[in-house]
Amino acid sequence: MEFVQKLVTTFNFIVQGLWVTLGVTAVALAVGLLLGISMAVLRVYGNPFWRTVAALYSVLVRAVPVIVIVFVLFFVIAGFVNLSPFLAGSLALGVASGAYQSEIFRGAFQAVLPGQMVAARAIGMSRRQAIQSILLPQALRLALPGWGNEATLVLKDSTLVFVVGVPEILRRAQQVSARTLEPFVAFGIALLLYLALTLWMTQLLQWVERRYRLQI
Amino acid sequence: MDEKMERVVELFGAVAPLLWQGTGVTLQIAALSLLLGMAIGLPAGIARVYGPRWLQQATGTYVVLVQGTPLLIQLFLVYYGLPDLGLTLGRLEAAFLTLGLNSGAYQAEYLRGALQAVPVGQMTAARALGMSQGQAVRSIVLPQALRLVLPAWSNEVVAMLKYTAVVFLIAVPDLMGQAKILASRYFAPIPIYLIVAVFYIVLVGITYGVLRQLERRLRVPGLTGEPT
Repeated sequence: MEFVQKLVTTFNFIVQGLWVTLGVTAVALAVGLLLGISMAVLRVYGNPFWRTVAALYSVLVRAVPVIVIVFVLFFVIAGFVNLSPFLAGSLALGVASGAYQSEIFRGAFQAVLPGQMVAARAIGMSRRQAIQSILLPQALRLALPGWGNEATLVLKDSTLVFVVGVPEILRRAQQVSARTLEPFVAFGIALLLYLALTLWMTQLLQWVERRYRLQI
Repeated sequence: MDEKMERVVELFGAVAPLLWQGTGVTLQIAALSLLLGMAIGLPAGIARVYGPRWLQQATGTYVVLVQGTPLLIQLFLVYYGLPDLGLTLGRLEAAFLTLGLNSGAYQAEYLRGALQAVPVGQMTAARALGMSQGQAVRSIVLPQALRLVLPAWSNEVVAMLKYTAVVFLIAVPDLMGQAKILASRYFAPIPIYLIVAVFYIVLVGITYGVLRQLERRLRVPGLTGEPT
């Protein structure tokens, strides 16, 4: 009985990090989405200069471990503005995710049939208009399966902001294990909590995918 | 050369030997974990496709458990948690075990995909010749699947190089571990982590190039799954 009570107390302490974990994931995914789409557009439709910039961002960021990116950007951001660890950490994670997302969206833009652009231009749209209202909506749907993968990866990578002191699930597990001196229980609970989160997120993404699948 | 540039060069000279040492540790951990992952992933992948039902379920659970949870929590559970159960591991052992178990699940999944991509007719034909299922898997299906799994496997090698970077959080003196010590010694986190980033870019770049070369050399024209 005492053991069950201890389990419940430990769980209650760790689960308070749930919203922080979801918050970090949401901010990082949103930042990554903005960066990823813009970089993909620049890489596919931009002039040679912007193509090179977008390609360099994607190749260099993806060659470096996400945790190194988080460290570098955390200190860089801290040198310019006074952001909370939560915002700085999520932002850094988002910049890393943006590189991976740019590859997903690049593939999606390239998979849209070339005739779509020609047809849009032929009915008098500007290039910008054509990208915005004809190509982007199709590319977004094509990108969904790959993006879903990346979303669960970011959810798991959100543990990395633990190093800059954000009180998410892992940080809280570590705190409670220092108090109860039972790290196996604490980290075990954190592990299972994450398992539930990723399984739930996979379900959610599959539902979204089915809902928005392109009927070709 | 302006003064700032000079200071960076001076700093690089001071930190390079220790970072070089850390690179050795990083490479060692990545290589051994990949081998451990292969030792686990190869049988697990085969069991997932051809094993009895209970074994398929067991390996399936292993894969979901590993792929559904963050590496960092797995690492802490192994290093800080297992002593509670009476199994105390050193830092390096904990790093090998966690990364190996983690990579094993991913390698098993890649192999499963490759095994399933070999046309069913191959198995049928082998059985029709009088081979047992084990024989057919060993000498007909697996050799084809291993060629097919190569691109996914080289991605896993590059991913592993990057994943090793978290082991400094249990105080393993890898590239990142040395960087953390140096950053606080010289009070210069940004340049030092940037130098580390360059180290990783070079490591990943070389590995990627070597693997592409290997893939090209081992390619079999007309093999299943490739456009002919």
